[in-house]
Amino acid sequence: MTATTTPTGTDAIISLRHGAGGRAMRRLITETLAAGFPPPPVEGIGLAAMDDGAALRIGDRWLVVTTDSHVVHPVFFPGGDIGRLAVAGTVNDLAMMGATTPLGLTCAVILEEGFRKSDLERIQRSMQETCREAGVTIVTGDTKVMGRGELDGIVINTTGVALADTVIPDAGLRPEDRIILTGSIGDHGMALMVKRHGLEIDAELRSDVAPINGLIAAALAVAPGAVTALKDPTRGGVSSALHEMAEKSGVGIVLHEPRVPISRTVRAAAEMLGLDPFQIANEGKAILGVRPDAAERVLDALRAHPLGEAAELVGECIGDHTGRVILDTGIGRRLLVESEGELLPRIC
Amino acid sequence: MPETLLSDGVGELRFRDPAKARALAGALARVVAEIGRTPVSVMHVCGSHEQAIAKFGLRAVLPRDLNVIMGPGCPVCVTDVPEVDEAIVLAQDGVRIATYGDMLKVPGSVKSLADAQAEGARVDVVYSAAQAVELARDTTEDVVFFASGFETTAVATAAVVLSGPPGNFSVLSTHKYIPPVMEIVAEMPGSRVEGFLAAGHAATITGSAIFERFVERHGIPVVVAGFEPLDILGGLVKLVELVRDRSPKVVNMYPRCVTAEGNRNAQEQLWRVFRSVGGNWRGIAHVPNGNLRLRDEFAAVDARRKYNIDVRRLWTRAPSTLTQVCICGTIMAGTASPHECSLFGKQCVPDSPVGACMVSSEGTCKIWYQYGGHPDL
Repeated sequence: MTATTTPTGTDAIISLRHGAGGRAMRRLITETLAAGFPPPPVEGIGLAAMDDGAALRIGDRWLVVTTDSHVVHPVFFPGGDIGRLAVAGTVNDLAMMGATTPLGLTCAVILEEGFRKSDLERIQRSMQETCREAGVTIVTGDTKVMGRGELDGIVINTTGVALADTVIPDAGLRPEDRIILTGSIGDHGMALMVKRHGLEIDAELRSDVAPINGLIAAALAVAPGAVTALKDPTRGGVSSALHEMAEKSGVGIVLHEPRVPISRTVRAAAEMLGLDPFQIANEGKAILGVRPDAAERVLDALRAHPLGEAAELVGECIGDHTGRVILDTGIGRRLLVESEGELLPRIC
Repeated sequence: MPETLLSDGVGELRFRDPAKARALAGALARVVAEIGRTPVSVMHVCGSHEQAIAKFGLRAVLPRDLNVIMGPGCPVCVTDVPEVDEAIVLAQDGVRIATYGDMLKVPGSVKSLADAQAEGARVDVVYSAAQAVELARDTTEDVVFFASGFETTAVATAAVVLSGPPGNFSVLSTHKYIPPVMEIVAEMPGSRVEGFLAAGHAATITGSAIFERFVERHGIPVVVAGFEPLDILGGLVKLVELVRDRSPKVVNMYPRCVTAEGNRNAQEQLWRVFRSVGGNWRGIAHVPNGNLRLRDEFAAVDARRKYNIDVRRLWTRAPSTLTQVCICGTIMAGTASPHECSLFGKQCVPDSPVGACMVSSEGTCKIWYQYGGHPDL
C-alpha cells in the first residue's frame, strides 16, 4: 500500500471518491472534518451522530438545522436543475429528521465570472417553484462571484431550519422493523450520468428530484411513533443509506430484490453500463423503518400521495448480521454491495 | 435493446427465473453426488461469470462439494505493473489518457492512474474505444487510449484503429488473449481443474471450435456458457456431466449467441491489427502468445512507438512490501481462495487495494469482499 493511495497518510490528497457519499467520505468526515468539536451545549443530535442534520432541544420542542452545498454537472438536466436540487435537497434533509414543515431556507450562491444571467434567472424561477411545492420560503442569502476557472459555473448552498415535536434519527431501527421505499430507485443518478457522459440511450430518463416533506408528513400522521428511522438515499444510493442505517442502529437488514421498484429504463441502462442501481443517487425518495404492525398503514398513506404511488415494502430488520445488508435475489442471498466512491463503468 | 432487459422485476426475466434456477441447482447437486468424490473443481475464466455468480446469489445455491474457481479471467487484474506504469508516465508527461473506469485504481509500481489524476494528470473515463477517438477529435491535445481487455474488447480497439483515427490519437495496448492462458493453468503443477466454463461473449468472436485443440491436448471438457443465472447453472450442469462421464469435449451451451466458427469478420479485423506476443500476466506467469500488440503497419497509432516511454522514472521509491504478501496470482491460478490471503479484508480492501484483484469489479477478491464470497446468510 503506497502512501498516496492511503487516505489517512500525511501526504494524502483529496480525490473525487471522498465526496461520493460512500465509506471513503464517511471516514474523511469522522477522522478529519468532524474531529475535535465538543458536543452541542443543549441536549440534541450533533455532529457525532453523522445524521442528515442537527436537532437542538428548545424547551419541549426541537430546532432542526441542516445545510447542504449543491454542485451538479450539467446545471440543467432532464427533470430538474441545480436550483430545484438545492431547495429539495435541504427540505428533504429536514424531513428525514421528522421536521416536515420548514420555517425557512437560507441561500448562498457562488458564481463563476462569465455565468449567463439568463441561466441564473432560470435557476431562480425553478427555486421559487420548488419552494412553492414544499411550502417553504427563502429568508436570507449571500452572493459571491469568483474569477473565471476558480469554480465550475455555480455553487449553491442552502440551510434549512424547522421546529419538530419529535425527531426521527437514522439510528432508530429495531429487529423486525419493516423497510419501506417510497418509489423507484436510480432515476436521478442515471438521468445525470447519461447526460453527462453523452451516452446515446433512446429512452426517457428523468431525475426524480422533488421535495418530499409532504409525503413524509402523510406517513408520520397515520402512525405516530411507529416510524423508527428515516433516510433519503441520495449520493451512494439505497445501498449507502441502508448500510448507514444498519450500522448506526445495530441491526441487520434483509432486502428482497424482486420487490424493489426500478423502472425498465434505469434497469436497462444500468445493465448496459455495468452499474448497480442500488448505488445510484435518488433525490425524491425516502427509506422508512416502520414497526411491523404499522407497516401496511404507512404504505397505504404513502401510496395515496402523488409522490409515493410506487411505494413498496422491500425488506425487514434482523437481530443478527449487525451492520450488514443482505440482498435476497429470489435465487439466493448475498451481501448488498456498498458504494465506495465515484461510480465507474466496468470494461466488458 | 433486448426485451429481456426491459422487464420490471427480476422474476419475470426469462433467464432469471428463480424456480428454474433452483431446479438446475438441484440437478447440479445430483450430478456432483453421482461423481462420488469431493470436491469436484471446475474453473471459469471470465470476470463477468464471477460477477453474475455473485450478483444473482448463485454461490448460495451451488452444492458445497462443487468448487467453482475463478481463473485469470479479469483483464484488469492481469494487466502487468509495468504496463500500468507506462500509462502513468504518459499521463505525467501531459498526454491525455482515455481508459475504461476499471483501470483507474489499479496499482502500478508506486502509484495508480487515479493517484496521477489527483496530482493533476488528465485522465478521462470512456465507455468504448470509439468514445476515446471522439475525445481526440474534439481536441488538439494528444490522446492515448489505454486499452485493456481480452479478445472481445480488443476487437473494438481494432475497429477504431482501422477506421482512420485522427493523428493525435494512439493506442497503448494491454489487450490479452485468453486461449493461451488456459493452457498455462491446465499444465500448472497441482492444478485441480477438471473442466472449464468458457466465456460466452469471447466465444461470439472466436467461436466455440477454438477450444477443440485444447480439449484434445489436455483431456479436459470445455462448456461455453452465457451470463444469465440459468445460462451459468445450465452450463455447470453440462460441465459436471462431462466430468462424471469422463467425456472430454467442447459443448456450446450458448447457441443463441455463439456459433462454432465465431464472427469471421471480427476475427479478421482483430488479427489484421494485432499480433500475439508473449508477455507477463500479473501474478500468473509469462504467457506465450498471451499479449496482443499492434502490428508494424499501425506503428503511427502505437503509443509505444510514438512516445519514448521510460517507466524507470517512476521508481523514485521502493514498492510497498505488502505487495509481496499478496496472493492474487495463486488465487487467479485457482489454487487458493481469497479467504486464504492474510491481507484480504484487512490491509487490502477496495478503498486501498494491494493487489489488482481487489481493484476491478471483475476481480475475485473485490467480488468476494463485496458480495460475501461463499455466504452463510
